[in-house]
Amino acid sequence: MSCFDKYSATCSSNGEGGFALYGATFYAGPAFAQSPTSIFDPAATPAHSIFDLSMLVLSVTLAIFLIVAGLLVYALIRFRHRSTDSDREPPQIYGSNQIELSWTVIPILIVVMLFLTTTRVILGTEAIPKPASALDVIVIGHQFWWEYRYPRLGVVTANELHVPISNPAAPTPTYLTMSSADVSHSFWVPRLAGKMDVIPNRVNVMWIDPKQAGLFLGQCAQYCGTQHAKMLLRVYAQSPEDFAAWVNQQKQPARQDFSGNPAAAEGQTVFMHSACINCHTIAGTVATGRFGPDLTHLGSRDTIASGPVQNTPENLRKWIDHPDSMKPGSLMPSMHLNDHDLDVITAYLTQLH
Amino acid sequence: MMNTTSAIPIDGAMETPWTLPYRGTVGMACLIVAEAAIFIIFIVAYIYYIGKSLSGPTPAQVLEMPIFGTICLLSSSITVHFAVSALRKQNLRTCTIHLAGTVLLGSIFLITTAQEWYHLIHTEGLTIRTNLFGTTYYSLVGLHASHVVVGLIMLSLTLCFALMGRVTEEHSEKLEVLSLYWHFVDGVWVVVFLVVYVLGR
Amino acid sequence: MTTTPVIEAIDETAASHGRPPLNVVYEWLTTVDHKKIGLMYIVYALIFLVIAGFQAILMRIQLAVPNNHFVSPQVFNQLFTMHGTTMVFFVGMPILFGFGNYLIPLMIGARDMAFPRLNAFSFWISAFAGVLLYFSYVGGSGLYAAGSAPDVGWFAYAPLTAKVFSPGHSTDYWTLAVFLSGVGSIGTALNIVTTILSMRCKGMTMGRMPLLVWLYLVMASLVFVTVSPLTAAQIMLTLDRYLGAHFFDTQAGGSAVLWMHFFWIFGHPEVYVLVLPAFAFVNEIVPVFSRKAIFGYAAMVAASVGIGFISLSVWAHHMFTVGLGPAGNTFFVFATMVISVPTGIKIFNWLATIWGGKVIFAVPMMFCIAFIFQFLVAGLTGIMLSAAPFDWQLGNSYFVVAHFHYVLVGAILFALFAAFYYWYPKVTGRMMSEKLGKWHFWLFVIGFHLTFDFMHIPGLLGMPRRIYTYEAGREWETLNLIVGIGAIIQTIATLIFVYNLVRSYFQGEVAGHDPWDAWTLEWATPSPPPSYNFAVDPTVNSRRPLWDLKHPEDSDTGYE
Repeated sequence: MSCFDKYSATCSSNGEGGFALYGATFYAGPAFAQSPTSIFDPAATPAHSIFDLSMLVLSVTLAIFLIVAGLLVYALIRFRHRSTDSDREPPQIYGSNQIELSWTVIPILIVVMLFLTTTRVILGTEAIPKPASALDVIVIGHQFWWEYRYPRLGVVTANELHVPISNPAAPTPTYLTMSSADVSHSFWVPRLAGKMDVIPNRVNVMWIDPKQAGLFLGQCAQYCGTQHAKMLLRVYAQSPEDFAAWVNQQKQPARQDFSGNPAAAEGQTVFMHSACINCHTIAGTVATGRFGPDLTHLGSRDTIASGPVQNTPENLRKWIDHPDSMKPGSLMPSMHLNDHDLDVITAYLTQLH
Repeated sequence: MMNTTSAIPIDGAMETPWTLPYRGTVGMACLIVAEAAIFIIFIVAYIYYIGKSLSGPTPAQVLEMPIFGTICLLSSSITVHFAVSALRKQNLRTCTIHLAGTVLLGSIFLITTAQEWYHLIHTEGLTIRTNLFGTTYYSLVGLHASHVVVGLIMLSLTLCFALMGRVTEEHSEKLEVLSLYWHFVDGVWVVVFLVVYVLGR
Repeated sequence: MTTTPVIEAIDETAASHGRPPLNVVYEWLTTVDHKKIGLMYIVYALIFLVIAGFQAILMRIQLAVPNNHFVSPQVFNQLFTMHGTTMVFFVGMPILFGFGNYLIPLMIGARDMAFPRLNAFSFWISAFAGVLLYFSYVGGSGLYAAGSAPDVGWFAYAPLTAKVFSPGHSTDYWTLAVFLSGVGSIGTALNIVTTILSMRCKGMTMGRMPLLVWLYLVMASLVFVTVSPLTAAQIMLTLDRYLGAHFFDTQAGGSAVLWMHFFWIFGHPEVYVLVLPAFAFVNEIVPVFSRKAIFGYAAMVAASVGIGFISLSVWAHHMFTVGLGPAGNTFFVFATMVISVPTGIKIFNWLATIWGGKVIFAVPMMFCIAFIFQFLVAGLTGIMLSAAPFDWQLGNSYFVVAHFHYVLVGAILFALFAAFYYWYPKVTGRMMSEKLGKWHFWLFVIGFHLTFDFMHIPGLLGMPRRIYTYEAGREWETLNLIVGIGAIIQTIATLIFVYNLVRSYFQGEVAGHDPWDAWTLEWATPSPPPSYNFAVDPTVNSRRPLWDLKHPEDSDTGYE
């Protein structure tokens, strides 16, 4: 793994065994390796710098624990009351200026050291200039889904964020400019970066630069209401070519020609005459609602309902029919469509690649 | 029956007399600290939201300095101080007069506040829900006014007892505790005045 | 110098046996005696401890496996809100005020608190507040008719609490119940400060007060500037919800972050309000069972006062992810790390007290020893969290939940258990069973560590808090199961404790007035003390008046 600055000496030697949390090491090892959301498996610079800092902090705190706990255990054994003891009380010692001074000064020095290294990471993440090559994405948190807008690329999508991987030689980080349309949320994809809150009437900015292609998982990390638990995050880091292809596809308005697919054609008509258009946008049609996710390219997504549900026709139909059955408390009401309408609308939406 | 062997020494000849602060004063000081903390939060909110209202009247447009009311309120601190010192000297009559003066001046302050609010609501159209200024203004001034009301109730009660001749020099410590509360209320007004009518405009 | 013996009390307990129950109830309902009020606070808190513990078990069952359907999301969200609110305001505060109420006048040689009627009023308003909070379960409908129990989290972030996002009354029950409990807290804190400053017995200068009294002085002083900001914020929230004010109305330009600032200006010092009395108990118990005076009395006082002050400046370490900017984040990193210095001093002083002593492993001491280890760990995970970038990953995750439960349960609850075993003989005249106590201790330690050690790991693996379920495949499943098993073991241990409390009252060994051979004034009264505490007002000449009596050749006077 690539390390960040001078204290990287600790990171390569500690590896995964060094941070065992006092008593749970034997289980921790395998879990850390296999979890897709482990903070100890960084794949982007912010997560890396935090990892390196965390190794230092964990080492220091582990050392303090071993020394103090060790002394305590020793004292309890050595100075325990033995039945062979006389009844006399031990010598009463009320204090010692030298000892007390030393255990004030040494912690102060440790604090200063930790403070300085921490400040360096803070500045290295929050106070560095934004490169011109950065990709801008506007993130808007909603109850209980994520809206993504790429202002300079003309792309609007929801729930699945696509970003290009960043080559350290010529970095192309993605800058996320975030706010909320309703209550406070928090954007947390542990392998890429620390979390940043997504707050109404406030704009927060964070950046990620995935070093490898792949899918990175996370979820909302600020309690935002009933379905906070299922407001999942999916970040697809793609090679520059794949990303460009994705952008091209997403920029297109919605497919409108369904000549070979009568069910989808009918579904389109039904959709445009239903209340669906009040909440959802399908680019190039009369559906221009902003309350719910943009559906222009719904068929191109792996999941629906912001992550917990796989995007299959069966699931989609069930979701449209009765969202509460899959995500109770989500803000999409059941539209009480009849079976036929459900079938055709599902056929239509699955065709929106 | 249990066996008591321990004994507590009683030192007949204490080196220095053992005096501790009067508990009424300590208690009132604690209450003042707590109330001050509440006021500070409202003042912080007021300052934070200066200039942030999205619409509606601004302080400069609608606020006028309540000079007369302020003078009355701050003078009432002087009168209550004299009431306490008069009571210490067992001068019940002077104490009663000054208490009455305090109540009168405090009431005038409340009336001027009411007049101001009437004007703001009915002429300027500023209510607590109009904008951030309305929210923070009415809540801060209103919180202060409610404390003035409580203080006036206590002072009026004391005035009644004094008029009935039931207040004596023995109660001077208690009256002083009440006067501390009243001084606190006046002190808060100084800060509110500066923040709302001077800084915020 | 003359002495006066501790007169055996006129045995009021015999007189109260055989009195009509209604008289006894009336006596307790109208009492202004600090000891009875203290006991009422403690029993009240224990009842809520059981209720909130039950809520925790329900949550643990729901989280034991992924995508579970044991409770609905609406119910789960109410569970964590009620669990947190209950534990902080209706278990933590009352039980600590209860112990303070009982012990402080006895330890300073006074007959009662400074304002006995205010004392009673504060208790009853807090008690009412707790009942009000739980009335929310039955009072009216909420969002989706889910019942009105609050479901906004115990810190009730705005604008989730705005009328538009939380229609119905769940937020209002939270606001009003916590507000009233705050009024009670300020009242009791006022009483404590005044009692300590104005009612000490002759000779007890500030420098001769037991450390428990010092810590309660700092804690109560902190309450004034801690609870009041929350009170103010709750008034603002209620104005928002009912009079159309815009304090936290983001649509009108209001700020969600402002609520967070106000809440945490309360919330952080609040945890010090909760932990300082825990230190107080340990400061009294560890010396007695090490047979040595506390090491570094002056440093302990200075550290406690220092912790009180610094705790007022660290609040935004709960907001590292809000986007305060590098300057803001850096300041709060520094302040938070600095507070570890006086806290560390306390741990070292306890260690130095034990060092060179003769340690007796009675049950109170065992709980104190566990406290020291566990508080050490909690402090160290706190240092981890204070490094803001580390907190950017760990904040709002189960790592934080594990950290603060390590403090609340591992430190505070353990210190409380120690205090129960230590002072129970004074309160009731009988000893608790050592055997049951040891069972309680070991089972609780095992359960505690199973739950809260393993709970750190899901946080490191990306599990946020306040989620009613989770996806499979993140390696959180087994860990959550282990956490749940630990919770069950802790429940069993707690039941043993409650059984011990009740059984010992009737069958415990008679204690006498000083079963532990201790040194502070409360041990010079009969067990239980008479309503007037001391027959004659005591005079003291040192920090440990009873040590002086027992060891006139080596008295503490002159060692200050």
